[in-house]
Amino acid sequence: MISYIVRRVLYAIPILVGVNLLTFLLFFLVNTPDDMARMQLGQKRVTPEAIQKWKAERGYDKPLVYNDAEAGARKLTNTIFFEKSVKLFVFELGRAEDNRDIANEIRTRMWPSLALAIPVFLIGIAVNITFALGMAFFRATALDLTGVVLCVAMMSVSTLFYIIGGQYLLSKLWHLVPISGYAGGFDALKFVVLPVIIGVIGGIGSGSRWYRTLFLEEMGKDYVRTARAKGLAEPVVMFRHVLKNALIPILTGVVVVIPLLFMGSLIAESFFGIPGLGSYTIDAIQAQDFAVVRSMVFIGSVLYIVGLLLTDISYTLVDPRVRLN
Amino acid sequence: MPVFLPTDALVWLLVAAVAAFAWTCSRRPHLAAPWARVFRSRAAVASLVVLAAYVLVGLLDSLHYRPQLPAKSPGAPAVYAVEARSLLDVVLTPLRTRLEKTYSAPLATRLYQKEQVEQPDGRSVREYPRLRHGGAHLKDEAGWGRDVAWRILGGLAAAAVLWSLLVLAARRTLVRRWPEVPWGAAAAALGALLLLVGPAALLATGYHVLGTDRVGSDVLYQALKSIRTSLVIGTLTTLVLLPLGIVAGVAAGYFKGWVDDVIQYLYTTLNSIPGVLLIAAFVLMLQVFLDNHAGWFATSAERADVRLLALCAILGLTSWTGLARLLRGEALKLSELEYIQAAHAFGVSHARILGRHILPNVSHIIIIALVMDFSGLVLAEAVLSYVGVGVDPSTTSFGTMINAARLEMAREPMVWWSLAAAFAFMFTLVLAANLFADAVRDGFDPRVRV
Repeated sequence: MISYIVRRVLYAIPILVGVNLLTFLLFFLVNTPDDMARMQLGQKRVTPEAIQKWKAERGYDKPLVYNDAEAGARKLTNTIFFEKSVKLFVFELGRAEDNRDIANEIRTRMWPSLALAIPVFLIGIAVNITFALGMAFFRATALDLTGVVLCVAMMSVSTLFYIIGGQYLLSKLWHLVPISGYAGGFDALKFVVLPVIIGVIGGIGSGSRWYRTLFLEEMGKDYVRTARAKGLAEPVVMFRHVLKNALIPILTGVVVVIPLLFMGSLIAESFFGIPGLGSYTIDAIQAQDFAVVRSMVFIGSVLYIVGLLLTDISYTLVDPRVRLN
Repeated sequence: MPVFLPTDALVWLLVAAVAAFAWTCSRRPHLAAPWARVFRSRAAVASLVVLAAYVLVGLLDSLHYRPQLPAKSPGAPAVYAVEARSLLDVVLTPLRTRLEKTYSAPLATRLYQKEQVEQPDGRSVREYPRLRHGGAHLKDEAGWGRDVAWRILGGLAAAAVLWSLLVLAARRTLVRRWPEVPWGAAAAALGALLLLVGPAALLATGYHVLGTDRVGSDVLYQALKSIRTSLVIGTLTTLVLLPLGIVAGVAAGYFKGWVDDVIQYLYTTLNSIPGVLLIAAFVLMLQVFLDNHAGWFATSAERADVRLLALCAILGLTSWTGLARLLRGEALKLSELEYIQAAHAFGVSHARILGRHILPNVSHIIIIALVMDFSGLVLAEAVLSYVGVGVDPSTTSFGTMINAARLEMAREPMVWWSLAAAFAFMFTLVLAANLFADAVRDGFDPRVRV
């Protein structure tokens, strides 16, 4: 087990190097730092001095990969590639446009993101499994058909509609919860309720439909027929046999997103004014803060790779047939 | 003077490709069989009617020209306007040109905001002024209800007549030719569509059916213009996605070894970057690039069009991994089968095995993936435009409509019509696409074949 994990972690390194090279390529080679400076400072009448100053302030005034002016190892280290890309590996993320430390910002903004993402994740799974189990139980009846049609309809509605509609109904019309904002501690509850409800509702369509197919696939197997043949009641078959076995693909499917919960939800957070990582990312994209976007890309891929690793481990934990080697 | 925007050319190329594909399929029974199964589904036929209406609007909007300006002196060389227009713009000229001052509610006769108005006797009063065009034909506003009702009734009647004529014509031709297709569902969808279009068209000649936006332009016109953007994003993306996904997936599954390792590494790397962030990174760089090469484009329409095309390319570049993974698995399975081994033993070349044995046997996966991706891309456009990495702000799209309307949420009473229009048009398109995609999946998936 340990050797397997070590091997997987080693396997993750080339992928992270790839992500790193890709972001370097995108952010520094497709457009040079001069282009970025001109963009940030405004297109017209930018003096070369202003561009130089902008670059110097952010450390973009070095050569890209090889510094001829330096001696020894500093030929390679005193470059944009080393300063801006390689240092991501030790989570030295640098500073944002407003001169705040990005790593520090991420540490404080992580908590509001989690306060929203974890309830959406857990409640979402519970609700989806309940609906899917219901549809599978009443399969091939009018109830099942209605459920499937409803799922397809719900899948066809834009996330933005759920958010705007929910804000309008619950906050503007019924005045149940504040439209947006956030507070620390237990006050967070009233701000998080609406986004959580909307997050769960938005996921019902695709989630329940997907789980329903998993349940139906499981119900077509031989052991289910055996269970029925030996006279078990249908609810017992459903809960004790089908649910347990269908949980394997469900669990392993959701494990991969657990680490990504840290990243928060881009759209929901910015609509509801929750100061998490999602809204941080959106603000950075809109303000064209390249340093922040670059850091978030890297952190996102690290978390995804952790998720893949957890998926593989969870396979062995829930399914004794799978052996790691 | 006709103008060929890059996306126009690609859209028509795609239409030609689809037509050629349909023709090939219709000539070969084994290719036509799954489609015949698709067309036996009521949901598929009904949603196809709705999709066809959308595609018709989109195609009309994909024929651009630059109108000739009136010559200053006779005999002077023809001068063309800078702005490109499409055939749809011509059809909708009344909608396009009748601008109001600012917001007005659907079918309203008065503006949404109070303004200082000069009375005939010289006094000035703060009131809701009459609209310049919406309901301007009414002498007395008391006749509003009667006028609207008549227009709706007239539209419904015209729709009913047109529908009966079409159904009669179809009975003679289509139904006889393909009796197994559930034409009832098609007729019902067409009827519903016509019953909406008829009254709307008649109302649109005198009112703003869906109101006007902040700068006073008609919301219905914007919604119709957005259709093209959605369709372009949903379809042109596949032009990038398909070749990448097919080549990478099939090559990885068939050649195995180091090819497989390299391709798997590539797509795990791309996959590990969260989707929106990867797209955002690409689009940010595109923005910088376009800003620094502003001189390349003659008109702003051209620039917006190039940006739309680039967005499609970016979406394709970032989303081919799913298809590649599916195809890799399937090709891996196929390459172990006896008939492929036999082909190897006979000395058939790799290219021939891939072309004759592997590709035809994974084609159902490709078609299913294609139609399944469409609705996701349409929804993604709105979200990306909200994030600020979508289409050019000057391009009309559902995303830019929602984005502009969102800022007015806090108004009292709320300006809801822009949002409602964008969501309703988008929902219909995506729902139809989802239903059609489900039918295609059921028709093509070999596991459900009986």
